[in-house]
Amino acid sequence: MSARDAVMLALVALLAALPPVLQLLGEPFLTVIVTRALIFAIAALSLDLLLGYGALVSFGHAAFLGIGAYTALILSGRGVTGLELQLPAALAAAGLFALVTGAISLRTRGVHFIMITLAFGQMAYYFASSLSAFGGDDGQALRARSTLFGADVLAGNSGFYYLVLALLALVWLFLRALTRSRFGRVLSGTRENEARMQAIGFSPFPFRLIAYVVAGMIAAMAGVLLANHASFVAPSYMGWGRSGEMIAMVVLGGMGTLTGPVLGAIAFVLAEETLARFTTHWRLFFGAAIVLIVLFTRGGLLGALLRGRK
Amino acid sequence: MSMPFGQGIAPCTERFDEEQSPSGHRKRRHNENTNNGECKMKASLAISGLALGTMVGAAPLAADEVNVGVMLTLSGSAAVLGEQGRDGFLLALDELDGKLGGLDAKVTIVDDEQKPDVAVNRARELIESEGVDFVMGAMYSNVQMAVTGPLTQAGVFVLSPNPGPSALAGAECNPNFFAVSYQNDQPDEVVGAYVSDKAQRVFLIAPNYQAGKDHLTGFKRTFTGEIADEVYVSLTQMDYSAELAQIAAASPDAVFAFMPGGLGVNFVRQFRQAGLDAIPVYSTFTVDEVTLPAQQQDAVGFYSGSDWAPDLDTERNRAFVQAFEAKYDRVPASYAAHAYDAAYLMDAAIRAVGGDLSDKDALRAALKAAEFESVRGEFSFNDNHFPLQDFYVTQVAQREDGRFQTQVVEKVLEKPVDAYAAECAMN
Amino acid sequence: MTNLLILQTLNGLQFGILLFLVAAGLTLVFGVMDVINLAHGAQYMLGAYLAAAFTALTGSFALGLLAALPVALAFGLLTERLVIRRLYDRSHLDQVLVTFGLMLMIGEGVRMIWGSAPISVNLPQVLSGSVPVYGNLRYPVYRLVILAAGLGAAGLLGWMIHRTRLGMLLRAGASNRDMVSALGTDINRLFLLVFGFGAMLAGFAGAMMLPLVSAEPQMGDTVLILTFVVIVIGGIGSIRGAFVAALLVGLVDTLGRSFGPVLLRTVMEPDAASQMGRVLAPMLIYILMALILAIRPAGLFPVRQ
Repeated sequence: MSARDAVMLALVALLAALPPVLQLLGEPFLTVIVTRALIFAIAALSLDLLLGYGALVSFGHAAFLGIGAYTALILSGRGVTGLELQLPAALAAAGLFALVTGAISLRTRGVHFIMITLAFGQMAYYFASSLSAFGGDDGQALRARSTLFGADVLAGNSGFYYLVLALLALVWLFLRALTRSRFGRVLSGTRENEARMQAIGFSPFPFRLIAYVVAGMIAAMAGVLLANHASFVAPSYMGWGRSGEMIAMVVLGGMGTLTGPVLGAIAFVLAEETLARFTTHWRLFFGAAIVLIVLFTRGGLLGALLRGRK
Repeated sequence: MSMPFGQGIAPCTERFDEEQSPSGHRKRRHNENTNNGECKMKASLAISGLALGTMVGAAPLAADEVNVGVMLTLSGSAAVLGEQGRDGFLLALDELDGKLGGLDAKVTIVDDEQKPDVAVNRARELIESEGVDFVMGAMYSNVQMAVTGPLTQAGVFVLSPNPGPSALAGAECNPNFFAVSYQNDQPDEVVGAYVSDKAQRVFLIAPNYQAGKDHLTGFKRTFTGEIADEVYVSLTQMDYSAELAQIAAASPDAVFAFMPGGLGVNFVRQFRQAGLDAIPVYSTFTVDEVTLPAQQQDAVGFYSGSDWAPDLDTERNRAFVQAFEAKYDRVPASYAAHAYDAAYLMDAAIRAVGGDLSDKDALRAALKAAEFESVRGEFSFNDNHFPLQDFYVTQVAQREDGRFQTQVVEKVLEKPVDAYAAECAMN
Repeated sequence: MTNLLILQTLNGLQFGILLFLVAAGLTLVFGVMDVINLAHGAQYMLGAYLAAAFTALTGSFALGLLAALPVALAFGLLTERLVIRRLYDRSHLDQVLVTFGLMLMIGEGVRMIWGSAPISVNLPQVLSGSVPVYGNLRYPVYRLVILAAGLGAAGLLGWMIHRTRLGMLLRAGASNRDMVSALGTDINRLFLLVFGFGAMLAGFAGAMMLPLVSAEPQMGDTVLILTFVVIVIGGIGSIRGAFVAALLVGLVDTLGRSFGPVLLRTVMEPDAASQMGRVLAPMLIYILMALILAIRPAGLFPVRQ
């Protein structure tokens, strides 16, 4: 077991013990905030597959979050509240969107890729804003929280929390296996030396496209959860600022490590919540923190953590 | 020549410092603020020295304090409206010596950042961590739609100082929700009715989002003339040259605009620059006391529809406007007037039930009865908990002291029933 | 209809010129220094705020504008020395993040100093009002001034890029960075100049827009995204590309918003057409960019091989 795996294991154990502890401390509401952090951790994990392993800087990842959220909204409005149906539908919708936009975006590289994913993200944003049946720009409240095979697991704060935690662990395990598979090695290989991979007979395009689709689908899953968490869905879920925040989570946590982005997302959401309590000008300190951390640390939070241990 | 709008807005006058009470509860002290610093937005103020320790144990029949959440947009460029609402509410609370209906008021002010998802979290926190009885808020319809469900399901009474979304007036009307303002479409209906006599062909303009479409629908409901064209602008757009060219080309008898906040500031200014002075502009939420400090002379003569204006001739209103201007050094807008009314509505209702907050049905009936003196004069609630009140067409004018405000031109509708009340199953 | 077409074309050109002023700095910084600067929109916003502050101080918009330029330049130079310089050997990702953080800081800093409400400035009497352009249609004088000032700045920039030694170095730097350092030029000084100058141009654009749109803390965000679209369409690092793409985006956006619904009405029901127009209008330029990138992945005027 690598050091990263140990950190993740410890983190999950810690998180699993959190709700009763918070209950004891008389701050049960913090569970709700941490749930939000864990949902973003899932989204950050998916983005790490692109950023960390494929070197594909997607600036439109929030679109997938939004697709998941809108799927939950639309289905629950039609009386379909089961996660067992909502999740596959969200994954399918996001997968399709990723397949089409990915096929076009992946023709470009580098900065152009950043910009074209941004363009698709903005298109999704404006499209959602024009859905007047679903609140248009204002968004709409979720008719009912999702259920799992008829059970109201998301109704209670801790039930929801543990479901999200379980999904987070599953996604982490899945991506860990995926990045260590032959597929993952080719994907990383195209990042390091595209010419060599092509020379030994691997065209990078299909590998990148699959990674793009998988990442989009996982982000959509986070979107379904996010819709349930806020009981509300709005186009602002897919604004480019949100995409930028997710990149920050991944890089600040430690890109290409899977465990790092989880740490990054949790730290990001908690920092935002905490700073907002002290000053309305929290963005100033938040921005400064991002600048300083990127300029003066390498390997993000996880890197600092592992170095500190040694 | 220039008018820095930012300085026209008085800084927060309340400052809250945290202190630890013996019982371990977080409590904040309330001070006067002398510098230009910002209020801590997530801050509760215990107006008078009171003990929280007695809350533990069996719930007392008549609580000795009332727990009120104030949820408004207080950061970002949309904060100006929220600041008006907050200041109007705190002014009323000051006049009531920090008590509502005889109970000490514990007020927690939260910023919803105008984001529905953030607002839902803050609302839950108000319920679960603060245990609020009332929430005065929100300032924007999207936030209102997001938080009203979770709050009212938890038994909290929600009093809106501004948004009156159609859903909450009609099919989704809610026993625990009271709009102290109006139904969103009503100001537009007032203007539509008024313009029908004044102009044949009218050009409509609004931002491209749900509220924009709703407001134009409201106008069209009562307007009997011809629509020259209907144009929607992007919410993030700041330059309206293309739309102004379309207005010039259509040369309508009048323009009807719903261009709230910063959109209105830019629209009015560019409208003047485009040399369209001959075309009268009727509007809602485009020229009000929040935008006028920036629009100034450019907005003079623009018409608006409202249930209130600073010069509305009631004794109560004169006192309110005078007190508000004395305390905050700016002209109040309708958002402040509604929030001020909301505080007195709460006060009257709590007094009517003898301070017993546990009997929700009695409290609801007392709120519905609305036995307080509104700055707007005659005021009562319809069965859907939306107001029955008079509406006016107003016009922007410069006062003798150089400030700008809207002034009543004419009472247009007497106690209209909103268009959605019939869909509400509540009675 | 012809009248409207003339007016909207003028509007589109004016919008395009404005975009070009902001995009010029961005594309040079991008092309020559290979730095993605998300804080560029914040420099546009800062220009507007500085002009507003100096106008309030001096009582004259012209003086306010003139005073804002050197301060915007100084701010750009300072930013380069303190932050951007450390990013030259970093990945695009680090650059995106650091400048994203910078953007948050500048935005919030402005909010702390000037508050969140919009600040507006009145036009000098001579520039307010409008002139007849064609028939009974009138056009605001000040918009013509912006158009002229923008074209002037573009001409100056074009002359500098194509006729001076500095311009030669910039062009060389955009297509082959190593060559420039091999020529023995102080690359650090060149970069410093480029960044400061780009910041000043963006600030100039913001200041020029001030009498039209009033300064708001988030005014830079929209412009930033639009200018990214412009430089990507034009080809990163190409001033000529930025100019063409800026005018293209300005025209497509303005004409599309105005005539899109009219065109759609010829092929579908009026209600459906206006509905469709509302959906498509804000997406138009992103569709344009995706189309151009799908056909020409390096933009219209690719600089680097």
